[in-house]
Amino acid sequence: MGSDEAYNFVFKVVLIGESGVGKSNLLSRFTKNEFSHDSRTTIGVEFSTRTVQLNGFIIKAQIWDTAGLERYRAITSAYYRGAVGALLVYDITKHLTYESVERWLKELYVHADPHIVVMLVGNKSDLDSDRSVPVEEAKDFAAKKGLLFLETSALQSTNVEAAFSIILSEIHKKVSSKEVVRGSISAVSLNSSGAENTEKKPCCRNI
Amino acid sequence: MATDNRINFWRRNAKVPGSVQPVYGAQHPPLDPCLRRTYPKDTKPKFNSVKSKKPCSFHEFASSTDDAWDIDEDEDEEFRRTPLPASLAPSGQDSAQNQRLRRQTEETGSEAPRALRPPKTEAQNLQEADDAERERVNGKVLKSSSEADLKTSSVCSPLQKQQSLPVRPVIPLVARISDQNASGAPPMAVREKSRLDKFKQLLASPNTDLEELRKHSWSGVPREVRPVTWRLLSGYLPANMERRELVLSRKREEYFGFIEQYYHSITDEQHKDTYRQIHIDIPRTNPLIPLFQQPTVQEVFERILFIWAIRHPASGYVQGINDLVTPFFVVFLSEFVKEDVENFEVAALPLETQRNIEADSFWCMSKLLDGIQDNYTFAQPGIQNKVKALEELVGRIDVDIHSHFKKYEVEYLQFAFRWMNNLLMRELPLRCTIRLWDTYQAETDGFSHFHLYVCAAFLIEWRKEILSMVDFQSLLILLQNLPTIHWGNEEVGLLLAEAYRLKYMFADAPSHYKR
Repeated sequence: MGSDEAYNFVFKVVLIGESGVGKSNLLSRFTKNEFSHDSRTTIGVEFSTRTVQLNGFIIKAQIWDTAGLERYRAITSAYYRGAVGALLVYDITKHLTYESVERWLKELYVHADPHIVVMLVGNKSDLDSDRSVPVEEAKDFAAKKGLLFLETSALQSTNVEAAFSIILSEIHKKVSSKEVVRGSISAVSLNSSGAENTEKKPCCRNI
Repeated sequence: MATDNRINFWRRNAKVPGSVQPVYGAQHPPLDPCLRRTYPKDTKPKFNSVKSKKPCSFHEFASSTDDAWDIDEDEDEEFRRTPLPASLAPSGQDSAQNQRLRRQTEETGSEAPRALRPPKTEAQNLQEADDAERERVNGKVLKSSSEADLKTSSVCSPLQKQQSLPVRPVIPLVARISDQNASGAPPMAVREKSRLDKFKQLLASPNTDLEELRKHSWSGVPREVRPVTWRLLSGYLPANMERRELVLSRKREEYFGFIEQYYHSITDEQHKDTYRQIHIDIPRTNPLIPLFQQPTVQEVFERILFIWAIRHPASGYVQGINDLVTPFFVVFLSEFVKEDVENFEVAALPLETQRNIEADSFWCMSKLLDGIQDNYTFAQPGIQNKVKALEELVGRIDVDIHSHFKKYEVEYLQFAFRWMNNLLMRELPLRCTIRLWDTYQAETDGFSHFHLYVCAAFLIEWRKEILSMVDFQSLLILLQNLPTIHWGNEEVGLLLAEAYRLKYMFADAPSHYKR
């Protein structure tokens, strides 16, 4: 019962961004390969996982989906704790959601680990005809801020795998590169099948 | 501990068909055995004495409490025939296409929910596939359902991927909105008929005895009299019959006065964010129930929520509040609907009726929210306190669960936030919520106080499944996807009984509960 598969790492990734940009469907597309026109508003925090293989390591992505509404931020700030990656999502057809990105970044850096890997994600790329955020503009902004960048469509499944693979890869790189002071990132390696693992740690920190 | 034994006793016996079901109190009049359901519910007073610490008051409760069996034979048959008439209503993202489709639907007079869907032939197949899937998961707990290895999962065409319904145990709210036993039951039992008569008798009085009404409502309100009973219990409708016409028309006028006064300001700088949030949330409220995809209904919800939000600036609109309108709306609508409510064409009702339903929903929802407003004010202190209280309560009543959570670092806030914010509406089918609210409105501060004990009882309900999960991931996925799809009055009745027991045992212990 429960998880009996071996894995080397657990990486906690949070999805953040304005209400309605498609965070929940990005989550369901990645973890269950589902998209639902019938999803309800996310309340509090929702949670899902998926295990992937990267560079010979088995990585369990622990993905937290948060509500976008301002009101919840007092609660959701607790959920940044221990996150090693963040997908900051906006809707390419709603310029307002892109304008909020700065604010979200600010909040992220207040509550989350300074070494957190961030990817800017422009979702709903299938609605290109209604686009209001030029891709070049977003790309430049991301580069300036040191963020990864991709446009995705959870509906058509475009670039969703890529987005998660890339961010998990970057996280793994960071974790392996010792650029990170040990203990400041709560990526926990669990089994001995990876090269990294020398010490036995308690079960992953989940917050 | 004796408490744990009692809890285990409940758990052991509550689910096995044919076993003796714990029922409080004797039946008045006695159950006719011919009309009993497939698995017998014996009343055995000796259960009560085993469980009660203070026999006299427990028996008082026991003798005054019946199970609520709201039985409607038409709905039962329909339920058996079409267990999951879920529709794939498009989200607000396709709004232009939505509106076109809806207009078409309305013009042709078709009410079939499927007409609202974008024309996709796959959908039918997927519906059946999903039904089959749900059959398989019926009654079983799906653990780690999100851990499907995509490489080995069944291959779908890209189009199918887009349209696939979730295979995790999502609660199909549409499956029988009206209260009833999910398992199906014989037509109106003698006992049920006599309960209805009792209600009618109480309601016929020129000055309703609200105490009596509350007492009887606690164990469930018969569907037929629920609209008026809810209005009375919430304090919206005056007990004095003579005053009702006047008060109702005054309140309804007042509400529509608000609309005139405030609704134009949805575009104002000050309010447009509120309106925008409400506007994108409405299509995501009850997306599986056709009723709530109708533009008429969506506009009603928008108005109600907007007016409420701007009149309550301390909290404004918070996601979750949209869910709280639903039970009132459905119950007040049901007064005018003989068949299933979820497919009913609201625009077909006389305009005045529609307006009355809207206004009454607004006022009753307001009253509900008045009691729990600190759930939604900044930082949501009400919810934080309640989750804390839940944690403390569970720590006392089920040490195993509590330490299990600690061991795997599960925080109550991670699953119980939603339980408090949405009053368990996301964890239960709508029909169960409606039944639950019978009791909440019968209790004093039911939505804020009794709800805590219901949450505790609800959590402990799943102790076996919880204790079988041995890592953080699977625990949390379980807790956020508890399998209550097929729950009905029976399960809710048991839940409420257990909650009552907990409240009774801990009511005098101040430290675990902070108002």
